[in-house]
Amino acid sequence: MPPPGVQPSAEQPAPKTGNAKISATDLNFHYGSFKALHGISMEIYANKVTAFIGPSGCGKSTFLRTLNRMNETVRGTRVDGRILLDGENIFELEVSGLRRRVGMVFQKSNPFPKSIFDNVAYGLRINGMAGSRSQLRDGVESSLRRAALWEEVKDKLNQSAYGLSGGQQQRLCIARALAVNPEVLLLDEPCSALDPIATAKIEDLIFQLKDSCTIVIVTHSMQQAARVADFTGFFLLGRMIEFDDTTVIFKNPAKKETEDYVTGRFG
Amino acid sequence: MRHFVEELEQLKTKLLEMGSLVESSIQRSILAVTQKDRDAAAEVFRNEARINAIELEIDDFAVKLLALQQPMAADLRLIVAALKINTDLERMGDLSENIAQRALALMDGPPIKPMIDIPHIAGLVQSMVRKALDAFVTRDADLARSVLASDDAVDSLRTACYHELVSYMEQDPHNIQEALALLSVTRNLERIADHSTNIAEDVMFLVKGVDVRHHAEARI
Repeated sequence: MPPPGVQPSAEQPAPKTGNAKISATDLNFHYGSFKALHGISMEIYANKVTAFIGPSGCGKSTFLRTLNRMNETVRGTRVDGRILLDGENIFELEVSGLRRRVGMVFQKSNPFPKSIFDNVAYGLRINGMAGSRSQLRDGVESSLRRAALWEEVKDKLNQSAYGLSGGQQQRLCIARALAVNPEVLLLDEPCSALDPIATAKIEDLIFQLKDSCTIVIVTHSMQQAARVADFTGFFLLGRMIEFDDTTVIFKNPAKKETEDYVTGRFG
Repeated sequence: MRHFVEELEQLKTKLLEMGSLVESSIQRSILAVTQKDRDAAAEVFRNEARINAIELEIDDFAVKLLALQQPMAADLRLIVAALKINTDLERMGDLSENIAQRALALMDGPPIKPMIDIPHIAGLVQSMVRKALDAFVTRDADLARSVLASDDAVDSLRTACYHELVSYMEQDPHNIQEALALLSVTRNLERIADHSTNIAEDVMFLVKGVDVRHHAEARI
């Protein structure tokens, strides 16, 4: 079955489906009187990478931030419609529990003013997952290894996270998010401030993490979406115009708006 | 962006220049066989060097566009199709050269049979080449599909021609050399038709984004 609300063209195969980890139905979102999302219906598949692309202000980040109710921190917002996480309505879940299950990494790396070790240990401690001192150490090491940062920081765990490079800080933020074993990881333009080498490391990491995690990434780089994503959704003016296999979106999109955007003829 | 659109137009223009040269070579090579026209054969040999040079230019230009512009969707399909059409056109040029060489071998002897079938096949093949290139220019998938249908007619004619030429060889061993040369001409014409079919398939990929190669049912 194709995602709800998205019809594949007659000559294109329907997207390969998997298990729906997140399912959005007729989701609308308002910032005050401004309607930022119009009736988004789609499924995000488990252990796949889903990318959202589109011009600035199209609603892709708003939709991403709705998936773990991060938008609720903005005053005057209103949401209606339904989002299910493994069949559970996320608006009925306890919000801190939801955000533990659906972690997030932002555009600008935001390590805490603490040591490298304490940054990663933070989530474990406040969630009561720290255990014994050795269990905490193991948890931090495991998260840093999953974030492909361990080898670079293992000898300076007690140094300030601010001493790391931009790319390392971003991977530290990913390690911090991974520490509490999220089921879904939301990445909001995670590489926009990084050089190509640091970007490649994050992209390799995304590829490795999808074995254990469902990943949703918002990116302004179409090449990045093409490189890392299994599925891609194109947003425009608060609507999801097209959602399909990444190969279809970049090789032969069904909608003219998508074609115009990916070929740079938009606007 | 405008600059990239202009570069894509340049790529198409180069490809059409090559297509025009190849069409001319095919037409001249057939004239060399049917009219025993030595000048026409010489023109085919002259064209070949230019065709080879344009092939290299197109390859270089297309790879540059892929590397620097990182095209997507229809732009990507255009460049991929251009690379493949380029290879097909170059081979069609080579095949015309083969025909011109056979024409030189046939130039001095009397004909063993009236030239009826070969002009017939040649007309069909030239029409396929023209339609395939027109379909590329106008992005006309229906016209491209019509080229695919013509390929079977060429194959049938070539088979009929083969049996006729074999019978001439059986009748008189003195006919063998000329009959073999004519068989080679029909074989080369049939191969040109196959390359036209490839171009038509590339045009369908370009226009529709679907790969119709090896899927006879998708051609209907």
